[in-house]
Amino acid sequence: MSARDQGIVVEGLVRQFKDIRAVDGIDLTIEPGQIYGFLGPNGAGKSTTVHMLTTLLPPSAGRATVAGYDVVADGPSVRANIGAALQETALDPFLSAREHLRLQASLHGIRGQERLRLQDELLQRVGLTQAADRKVRTYSGGMKRRLDLALSLIHGPSTLFLDEPTTGLDPQSRAALWEEVGRLAREEGVTVFLTTQYLEEADVLADRVGIIDHGRIVAEGTPASLKAEIGRSTVEIVPESGDQLHRLGEILRRFGTDTAARPGAAAVRLDGNGGLADVVRALDQEDLRAAAINLHSPSLDDVFLAKTGRKLEGAEDDGP
Amino acid sequence: MIEMTHHVALISRRSLIRTARQPGTWIPPLTFPLILMAVNSNGLRAATHLPGFPTHSFLAFFMPFAFMQGALFASGIAGTDLARDIDTGFLNRLALTPVRGGALLMGQIGGAVGLGAVQAVLYLGAALAAGVHIDAGPGGAALILLFAIGTAAGFGSLGLWLALRTGSGEGVQSMFPLLFFLLLISSMNLPRNLIEVTWFRDLATINPVSYLIEALRSLVIEGWNAEALLLGFGCMLALMAVSMVLAARQLRLRMTRT
Repeated sequence: MSARDQGIVVEGLVRQFKDIRAVDGIDLTIEPGQIYGFLGPNGAGKSTTVHMLTTLLPPSAGRATVAGYDVVADGPSVRANIGAALQETALDPFLSAREHLRLQASLHGIRGQERLRLQDELLQRVGLTQAADRKVRTYSGGMKRRLDLALSLIHGPSTLFLDEPTTGLDPQSRAALWEEVGRLAREEGVTVFLTTQYLEEADVLADRVGIIDHGRIVAEGTPASLKAEIGRSTVEIVPESGDQLHRLGEILRRFGTDTAARPGAAAVRLDGNGGLADVVRALDQEDLRAAAINLHSPSLDDVFLAKTGRKLEGAEDDGP
Repeated sequence: MIEMTHHVALISRRSLIRTARQPGTWIPPLTFPLILMAVNSNGLRAATHLPGFPTHSFLAFFMPFAFMQGALFASGIAGTDLARDIDTGFLNRLALTPVRGGALLMGQIGGAVGLGAVQAVLYLGAALAAGVHIDAGPGGAALILLFAIGTAAGFGSLGLWLALRTGSGEGVQSMFPLLFFLLLISSMNLPRNLIEVTWFRDLATINPVSYLIEALRSLVIEGWNAEALLLGFGCMLALMAVSMVLAARQLRLRMTRT
């Protein structure tokens, strides 16, 4: 079985820093070619987990295999099969993108025409061909992130670790990076382990999501299953006329239970006695006109709230 | 072995490029020692009239100081650059490649060694242009260059150790005054036998920098002095060995990859 046919298996992984247990016995199984979103607030243990899985930090206990190799016993084999773009854009401001790629490829033993071909291909893929010979210190944050990604891919890894890859990026750069990561998993079968604080990122990209808090995984599953686990959608309606608000509430209560709404609106959490279409039909029958109707589906933030009792830091920063 | 040599060459190349692209790091090491050499060789010329002073040219006597000062600058450059790599995570990027720790360290001082070579050629050229005669001849001049490069590598490794230990450029820079102090309490301005203050002479005698300076000085003003050369090269090799061992041990603590 090749490294590309192996995903990531983690059993009871622990990392202790003196009195602090940064990662507290996590278990994971990530299938090859899957995008796994590792979600959690600052200090939850995401980066420590990535450092252990990329062999940069020895675990205190437990075991993990990446691409079929044990992260403690087979460190060099793991490194040969993984690419990693860690939290810092680890670039030399005085080198150009082409020089970075040349160094990275050569250190991985890629030489001559093959190296040149890969350099050009990756520069084109991440949209840096025009800027390839400019020093990195002149790059924007998005350009640095894209170069970081290209560097992590130069040796054709089967597994890719991305530690908060879109933090600080503008929406356009974020979308471009999402597209490339999605393509890598879809078309090249690369297993992607992605840590993020952005709920939308995990929702859009990940096949499966793990939520980590205080070093422990508190929830795991597909984004849809996690959301389905915690609840139903909410309907919020603003009546055309304010004096119809009371009657609107009465109608809505036929479909669910009252929930918080903004001023001038009424809202219910649907309880299964009909969906949005039934609500609209009922309003029509009662001759009640709505100025606005909002259907709010449960989000990963709701999942996080339900599992940890608090909202995820940075959730408000979610960009489009 | 071939792969390791290749890795050293790759990282050295990067180190050289980075140094070359930061004029702020190589202009002072190239100019300050020359300025100080010019000022002191004029201002302290009268010292050559002291009975027992080994030469009539204070420039010839003082010239090795420039090489030592340049080597100290090299330690700062190598250390600061590595500290920046730690800070930016570039060291982690390198740690994720097949590069070995030894190759990483040797490559990292490439910029300092390259600059040390350029400095040495410049200082030697300036001294020759100013009329200094190398008593040990062309072979001695070549040995001066080799010695200067070795000393730059030694002090450069010390800079790497400091960077790995402190993880910050400020930590590296804070050691520079101490190293400069070692230079000041050496035999850079006077031969040790002419230093009349006992404690100063004693400090200069136990200070290895004195022997580094005296080895270079012997090639310029005495010819081939085996004792001075053995002591000087011994100190230089010891400096390189100790600094490299310290840096390698610290790298193992810093780079904990499995």
